[in-house]
Amino acid sequence: MTEAWKQAFARVPELLAAHVQISVSALVLAMLICLPLAIWASRAPKVATFTLAIASLIQTIPGLALLALFYPLLLGLSALIGGGISAFGFLPALLALTLYALLPILRNAVTGLAGVDPAVAEAADGLGMTQSQKLYLVEAPLAAPTIMAGIRTAAVWTIGAATLSTTVGQPSLGDLIFAGLQTQNWTLVLTGCLFSALLAISVDLLLGLIEMGIRKRRKILVWTGMAVIAAGLLVATLPLMIARDNVVVIGAKGFSEQYILARLIGSRLEEAGYTVRYRDGLGSAVVYQALSEGDIDVYVEYSGTIWTNQMERTDSQPKAAMLQTIAQWTSSNHGVKMLGELGFENTYAFAIRPTDAREKTLKTLDDLARVSSDFNFGTDVEFLERPEWQMVQDAYPIRFKDARSFSPTFMYPALASGEVDVISAFSSDGRIAANNFVVLEDPRGAVPSYEAIMLLAPDRSSDDKFVAALNPLIGAITVEVMREANYMVDRKDDKKTSRQAARWLNEKLRE
Amino acid sequence: MPVPGPSISLRELSRDYGTVRAVDSVSLEIPAGALVALVGLSGSGKSTLLKMINRLVEPTSGTIRIGDEAVDSIDAHVLRRRIGYVFQNIGLFPHMTIARNIAIGLELAGEMTGRDERIAQLLDLVELPQEMASRMPDQLSGGQQQRIGVARALATRPGLMLMDEPFGALDPVTRDNLTEQYKALHQKLGLTTIIVTHDMAEALYLADRILVMEGGQIKADATPAQLLSGNVGEEAEALVAIPRAQAAHLIALGKQA
Repeated sequence: MTEAWKQAFARVPELLAAHVQISVSALVLAMLICLPLAIWASRAPKVATFTLAIASLIQTIPGLALLALFYPLLLGLSALIGGGISAFGFLPALLALTLYALLPILRNAVTGLAGVDPAVAEAADGLGMTQSQKLYLVEAPLAAPTIMAGIRTAAVWTIGAATLSTTVGQPSLGDLIFAGLQTQNWTLVLTGCLFSALLAISVDLLLGLIEMGIRKRRKILVWTGMAVIAAGLLVATLPLMIARDNVVVIGAKGFSEQYILARLIGSRLEEAGYTVRYRDGLGSAVVYQALSEGDIDVYVEYSGTIWTNQMERTDSQPKAAMLQTIAQWTSSNHGVKMLGELGFENTYAFAIRPTDAREKTLKTLDDLARVSSDFNFGTDVEFLERPEWQMVQDAYPIRFKDARSFSPTFMYPALASGEVDVISAFSSDGRIAANNFVVLEDPRGAVPSYEAIMLLAPDRSSDDKFVAALNPLIGAITVEVMREANYMVDRKDDKKTSRQAARWLNEKLRE
Repeated sequence: MPVPGPSISLRELSRDYGTVRAVDSVSLEIPAGALVALVGLSGSGKSTLLKMINRLVEPTSGTIRIGDEAVDSIDAHVLRRRIGYVFQNIGLFPHMTIARNIAIGLELAGEMTGRDERIAQLLDLVELPQEMASRMPDQLSGGQQQRIGVARALATRPGLMLMDEPFGALDPVTRDNLTEQYKALHQKLGLTTIIVTHDMAEALYLADRILVMEGGQIKADATPAQLLSGNVGEEAEALVAIPRAQAAHLIALGKQA
């Protein structure tokens, strides 16, 4: 087994445990909601129509969108009751997955209960059963196989959809898939897919066994299925039960540089005696909120992101003044400590092919504006919605022929192959230099500065050991070193994992 | 000698379904130990009338007394546990063994002791072999299933049996057998029985009193002998005419042979 597989597999137990935990919780909660509802619905047809309509409606919302919806919803709710609700991680994932699991359980339970032979129901009444005796002795056992089939469907859906909960900061096997997709590490992607598929298949088989046991009235099958599930649950969640004090959670957004820096920070904290966990692939909006709530302890942010997204500023300030303003703002508004800047910038940089730069004499964004109507624009998934794009458009009369969004991984090849003619690259990305792309200058200073800065959660601001472990990283990372580390992960040949790149970076800093 | 079943008294009993009056102000006295057949065409109101006695259907107006107790003074499920109920679709519980099906009334009543003996006794009573006890309902023929239906209804020793077309779905031979055997059981156990049927021949054979229903009302109330002798109204005569004509035809055929 190669190093890459070993590293990928090493992450599986903990992520599998989290995956099982969130899936089971959502499934149990969905059952607790659906079964009483189905009983009510079986006595009142109007309730059945209404609840099934709602459940079907929820099902039409894509899983990712449902997860994303709960983030602002919970934030709003938390603000309404004066805080205390975490919009990050377990809770939004639980709620979204629960809603997603409702339909199959509810539909099958309603169908199962309605499908009880009227003659059998009449006999139950005629013999003098009370409503609850009828339910317990007759309706429930007869509907059980159908209900079980619904639970089985819901379980498979939930296990699949749980991979998406990575995006709201709930660890799952999706961590491997998302991280692998961002860094083109197919070993990670395959590992994540493999284990989530294995989990879904084994749960499906076991629940199928229980279903068959109920249908054929073979108790041994039911008990065997349940025993194996219980044992599996215990083994799978074992890593979570090992109590860990003082676990540090390091956040990272969804691209290579963030993964590498998170591991660099992690290795320094581990040296200082902390136990470290990672929450990868978080959205820009989620990650700062999570830090200020203390759900994560530390992450690397970029000054311009705070400036435009959090502070909603549209003006530009000189770099030093801007950093000072940001430090004051995060501290006074959220108690978030800006430990300092790492020493390099990762700003939005408009990159073009060297041939275009030569032949069309393009040097600045003004030059780009001149030819923009002939150019196709390639961006990452969020740039077109970001205020920076508005700022650039306000400063330069750029009107592109067409604009397309890519995941960062595919954006650079798209420019190289001529699929697009200009991209919103990241200035610290190693693939700019590797492809000899030309970065256009921004003479009007439209794009704000994107200094990499390290932010600490309120609780960690006063943790001296913590601060001391990370202080050496401040001002230590040059853009050249960062580019090289990024390129190790992003390149096609001799690819390194983000952990390996972080190790290289760590040694480089100690030279 | 077993304790005889209760008497039943209906007073101006009516039941409306929307604008349709299914049972129309029926008053009736049924003495203890009677075996009464309710005969009529489909939609004549006979099943509705029967089901109001064990409150599977609630009357729109009127009162029902079993013995000297008004049925609406007792919780419906308590009332039903005292009354045996057998109906055409049988409704055995498919997920329970025959033994548990028979003993379900005892289970509901919380009678823990002597269940196995009672099951054996009831299987004997409905003339089924003991090894049936461990089988599942779908392993039995229709006739066997309805025998279990009767055994289940008798398990808690009710005094009153309500039977809604109990043998209607069975083949003629089985049906004839069961009719005869039930008649014997009724006498042996001293039951009060009301049986709904659309088959006048069955009623004439089985019952000691026949009520002919039409349009929610009782149009004739007579013994089988009175019915056969005529003069009990045209509704009754129309129903009696069928078996009479069949019998005459058979006799004529026999003479030709």
